[in-house]
This record gives sequence, C-alpha cells and structure tokens, in this order.
Amino acid sequence: MSAEAMRRIAIVPAYNEERNVGRVIDELRAFDPGLHVVVVSDGSLDRTAEVAREHGAHVVKLPFNLGIGGAVQTGFRYAHENGFELVVRCDGDGQHDPSQLPKVLAPVLAGEADIAIGSRFAGGDGYRSSATRRIGIRLLALVVSAIARQRVTDTTSGFQALNARALALFAADYPHDYPEVEGMVMTIKHRLRLCEVPVTMREREHGRSSITALRSIYYMAKVLVALFVGLFRRSVVPEGRA
Amino acid sequence: MILAAQTPLKVSLAATAASLVLVLVVFELIRSRRLRERYALLWLLTGIVLVILSAWRGGLNTIAAWLGVRGYPPAVLFAVGLLFVILVLLHYSTVISRLSDQNVVLAQRLALLETKLSEREP
Repeated sequence: MSAEAMRRIAIVPAYNEERNVGRVIDELRAFDPGLHVVVVSDGSLDRTAEVAREHGAHVVKLPFNLGIGGAVQTGFRYAHENGFELVVRCDGDGQHDPSQLPKVLAPVLAGEADIAIGSRFAGGDGYRSSATRRIGIRLLALVVSAIARQRVTDTTSGFQALNARALALFAADYPHDYPEVEGMVMTIKHRLRLCEVPVTMREREHGRSSITALRSIYYMAKVLVALFVGLFRRSVVPEGRA
Repeated sequence: MILAAQTPLKVSLAATAASLVLVLVVFELIRSRRLRERYALLWLLTGIVLVILSAWRGGLNTIAAWLGVRGYPPAVLFAVGLLFVILVLLHYSTVISRLSDQNVVLAQRLALLETKLSEREP
C-alpha cells in the first residue's frame, strides 16, 4: 500500500510547549498535508492546547500530567481507536525535525520494520552533550543491545514511526516510566521488527529539556533497575501474539 | 545456672493494652465504614497477634528463647510488630500502584472522550 492510501497520524506529546508546538504542527502539515496531527497536552498549564488548535491540530487534553509514557500512550490509543495504520511520533518541543520523517518512515513503509526509531548516534555525526550523558547513553545502548540481541545506539529517542501491528501493542500496553528504553525491549520481546535510522536532532529553541545533566546518573540507575525488573515481568499482552 | 529471661509484668500489661487499643480502633474504623475490610484484615491480624504475644508472657518467653533472644523477651514484640508493619506497607504499595495505573487509564479515557465529544460539535 502506498503512503498516500494509508491513514496516517502524527502523535505530538507536549507539556507546556506553547512556544514550540505551533511550529512543530506547521512543519508536520507542510511535510504531509494528509497527515492527521494529534497533540497530546500532558496536563499543560500554559496555552499548549489552544495554540495547537489554532494551528489546526486535533488536541487531546489530559486532565493532569501523566508523564511522557502516559501521554504518548494516550496518542497511541487515539490512533488505534480511530483506525490509523501508520504512526509517527514527534515531540512537541521541536527537537524532532519533520523534514527527517521520510528517513524514519522508510523502513516501515517498505514493510521491513514494525517500528523504526530515529537515532542520533547511528550515523556517527557528533551529537553534542555532556560527558556523563554520553557515557550513560553508551551504557544504555549496550545493555539494550544485549537484551535485544540486536545493535541499537539510541535508546531514548522518541522520534519513531510505527505500523498498525506495533500500534496495537503499544495502545494496549506501554511502559510509563522510561517508555523509549523499555518500549524497545518490549518490542523485541513481542517479536516485532525494530530498526534504527540515523537522524539529526535539533537543539531546543525555547525552554529547557526535562532531563538536566545532574539528573542523568540518577536517571541511568533507575532505567537500569527498570530494565532488569522488566526482564522478569509478566506481559499484559501475551508475547508473540501482538 | 542461667535463668531464662522473663517478660516483666508491667511491660506485658502495657503492651497488651496498646495492642487492644489497636484492635479496637481498627474494629471501630471498619464498623463506621471508614476502612474497608480488605484493607483492614492485615491490621486486625497484626493487632490480634500482638495482643496474644503481649498477654501470654509464658509464650513470649518461650518464643524468645527459641529465637535466641537472651536478654529481653519483649524485643520479640518489636520484631513481630515491625514485620507486620512492613507487610502492611508493602500491601499499601501494591494498592497504590494499582490505583495509579487505574488513574492513568481513567485520565486517558476522559481526555479521549472529551476530544471525541468536542470534535463532534460543530
């Protein structure tokens, strides 16, 4: 099936992103006018939802902040219930550049992957960040690669494309605490095909990222514990049936 | 010859009274419907076990001797009390986890329904 014939949706999770979300929506619509854009305002206290509506996006407004996992899953549930077949996730802070979407979409459209993830590190062009964060990123990539028995480089990227199979799984069960990392492991556990594509991401234009350098180490420890515990956890959706 | 340590009578009386108060308070909370039975069972069990151990000095002394608590048998009361408190807390953690999971689903459903509703209106 060609991309034009598929019902396709962009999920944009946003928490207090009134200054960035408008541009993200405009760029998504410029990239593909037939794209259904849904912004999930995760209990935002500013005008995120209003700005999104003004820019022509559909808005799902959570009554309070659920965190990124809960917000993204809301988008997946919306997409699943409305019968979308092709999903991209693009964060509302503007770091995911919609002009790079063709790269992320390609493996899914070609039927080679159920989920494709835009990786900042797969291409090897230097993504600048602090030393602690770089070490953390490398370590997480090693751990997840070992669990997945497949090389991954960017375990925290939310720049993703999914087909209906992956969407069905994530609509039913999505990790809430560290969704990108745990989601990768979940994908593999359910025998979905995952692949990475090299992308470049933008620096934030307005506001601050939710992860500060000081929290990186604490974050790492929590993610590793979550991953370890996750290995022994019973799945909500029976494995191999997704 | 070393005499086995004994539980002082005063300690036994005070501990029994305190445990009885716990049982009565829990009972009253259930009766007045401020505490659901399913969350109260562990508390009732805690209170009853503590009442028995506090009042029955011979039993407490014997258990302390088994456990190798030489100096002060009422220390067993602390250990048992602590064990039950940990159980109750763990139980609450599972309850809170379930509630917060359900809360997330409710928030998501509410938001999705609101969107559906608002997009249906012209």
